[in-house]
Amino acid sequence: MAQTKVIVGLGSCGVAAGAVKTYDKLESLKKVDHLSFDLKKTSCVGMCFREPLVEVIDETGSYLYGNVDETKVVEIVEKHIKNNEPVKEFVVRSDIFDTPDDYFFRNQVKITLRNCGMIDPENIDDYEARDGYKSIKKILAEKISNEDVIKTMIDSGLRGRGGGGFPTGMKWKFAYNNKSDQKYIICNADEGDPGAFMDRSVLEGDPHSVLEGMIIGAYTIQATSGVIYCRAEYPLAIKRLNIALGQARERGYLGKNIFGVEGFDFDIYIKEGAGAFVCGEETALIASVEGKRGMPRKRPPFPAEAGLWGKPTNINNVETFANVPWIILHGADAYKQYGTEKSKGTKVFALAGKINNSGLVEVPMGITINDVIFKLGGGIPGNKKFKAVQLGGPSGGCIPEYLGHTIVDYDSVNATGAIMGSGGMVVMDETTCMVDIARFFLNFTQNESCGKCTFCRIGTKRMLEILTRITEGQGREGDIERLEELAYQIKDNSLCGLGQTAPNPVLTTLKYFRNEYEAHIRDKKCPAKACKQLLTYVIDKEKCTGCMVCAKKCPIGAIDGEKKQAHFIREADCIKCGDCYSRCKFDAINLY
Amino acid sequence: MRIARISEIKQSQKQVEVDLSLLDPVIEKYKNVKGNMIPILQHTQDLYGFVPKDAFVKISRETGLKLSDMYGVATFYAQFRLNPVGKHIIKVCHGTACHVQNANKITDALQEALGVKDGETTEDNLFTLESVACLGCCSLAPVMMIGTETYGKLTGSESVKIVKEIKIKELN
Repeated sequence: MAQTKVIVGLGSCGVAAGAVKTYDKLESLKKVDHLSFDLKKTSCVGMCFREPLVEVIDETGSYLYGNVDETKVVEIVEKHIKNNEPVKEFVVRSDIFDTPDDYFFRNQVKITLRNCGMIDPENIDDYEARDGYKSIKKILAEKISNEDVIKTMIDSGLRGRGGGGFPTGMKWKFAYNNKSDQKYIICNADEGDPGAFMDRSVLEGDPHSVLEGMIIGAYTIQATSGVIYCRAEYPLAIKRLNIALGQARERGYLGKNIFGVEGFDFDIYIKEGAGAFVCGEETALIASVEGKRGMPRKRPPFPAEAGLWGKPTNINNVETFANVPWIILHGADAYKQYGTEKSKGTKVFALAGKINNSGLVEVPMGITINDVIFKLGGGIPGNKKFKAVQLGGPSGGCIPEYLGHTIVDYDSVNATGAIMGSGGMVVMDETTCMVDIARFFLNFTQNESCGKCTFCRIGTKRMLEILTRITEGQGREGDIERLEELAYQIKDNSLCGLGQTAPNPVLTTLKYFRNEYEAHIRDKKCPAKACKQLLTYVIDKEKCTGCMVCAKKCPIGAIDGEKKQAHFIREADCIKCGDCYSRCKFDAINLY
Repeated sequence: MRIARISEIKQSQKQVEVDLSLLDPVIEKYKNVKGNMIPILQHTQDLYGFVPKDAFVKISRETGLKLSDMYGVATFYAQFRLNPVGKHIIKVCHGTACHVQNANKITDALQEALGVKDGETTEDNLFTLESVACLGCCSLAPVMMIGTETYGKLTGSESVKIVKEIKIKELN
């Protein structure tokens, strides 16, 4: 009889949801009851909304249990492990019967995430058992030439997944064509977009796939050294990468004469980022690896000619590298079958915000935004209305509900004014104020501007001041026009992607939600009731019990009323701090 | 703007006595290594919790790195701190997902409860309050992290409760 396996998802999100406690409980139950199951670890399977996740594989099949806290663990061990009776009501996915959550997996195609949640990321054997390191071995065994690898990559249509969308094969070709004694290959794992966590999940869940992608890239462009530039905010990813690097070196997959090929010397080291969003830009990233302030420089020369330490350098994103081994093994045609004419393959999205199923999904290019949000994401919580979705983080834009039929590919998304970006999808409902969101993103880019270009440095500051004023009810006629003027000047006069795209959130919200800006400026009203300064607080006489909490807490004493009688707010004195609203236990304060 | 950070830091940098000999192995390891500045500063911060002024001087003297370059790098990157921090660092996530789920309320509540502003340390040196861009736990928004523990789906009062519990533990 095959050993029953119990696998716990221990990605960052799982850990945050309490998966370590679940794991420890399983371990102690195993010890106390002398149970013989095999307890293993894996990483994120993408179902963050059901974390902690525990998968039980017995001889009948696999059962993935969701929201497994310590009490559920006891029940699962008692019924399933000891008595072979699966606890069906906790199962979110099984290969034996249908579950209500099946739709989440049915619409996905997993290429980048092929191993995430399937293997133990700290075990190289698990990776090799699932075709790991087969692609590079195939290239070396069949003596596939550098040009042929480049041709396969170009044919596959894979475009840079970090957001730029530049064809990967072309990038490799440029780096290959520049001859030099030293060349570098860099993996950009400086995932700085707030609301995006695709790269983190790949690094935590399948680090070897990134290493293999880099080794294939190194073989192709004849690189001698590799660097993974990873955010220091991802300690678990760094830890697992270091384990993976050690294992790969031990097997002779990294170091000197790797894979037994005389003269194929290549090693990779990790460079921890120190927290600067602008370092996602190629030239800034290179400056940072060299130990300088991460400020972008003028191109040309492009990194493919003169990059790290002045040598030809090729930079790709984590997700791009993770795709490479799959493409080499299955061929360009297999990859090309997914996607649209100009955007091939699949894309990973991080769903977050006002959505029922936040988590990680991988879908073929060409799926509509509505399908992602409603079929995979399970729609908006609390019966609220879907208002907009933010794509591409601070460099992207908001796509309104009525453009939900837009298909996900580079060109269609660009046409809306947003960008594909690295894949963060933040969903907003009717309670999200679009002016406030624009202000939020601009505040972020303004903080992260390196200060090199005047328009980005000062222009974003002026835009932020105007937006802040508008959300505080001090908006003036002409503000919208001034915002637009500044936005185009910043776009035209900034050196790098940060400045060139910083105004996008403002421009797209102005394009699709201009009426909200006008309501703030002219009527001094926030239609989403999110901007505190623009609200009027009124006590509902029916609901107020006269408990006096609000009157006591009001910092300027603007609430009057006798004990056990309905209170009222003197509107002229109210400073709109919202304290009464958040403290009322009887829901008696209405916002207008 | 990154430049804005410099003046703030300058005004508030305090003199603190530290054991500089701890730095010797770090300097030994990275001396004469290309691109060593950021790793040296990162290790220095690991040792002291921040980068003390005297450490800058010592590193500069012993590695030949220019003080101005180091100061430039230390003020450019968000990771580096030039002031001592409290025993517990409270990182309140202000990523997009947390923002739309009202992360501001959490910072507001903690500021009120601790009596410090964002980026400051409490008088008793127990807590430092920080806002961070994204902790990557978007599905649990709004989130805060204290030490290595992450707390999700918070409200203002819940976050204050968690901090108060830690404080009570510390006082006993």
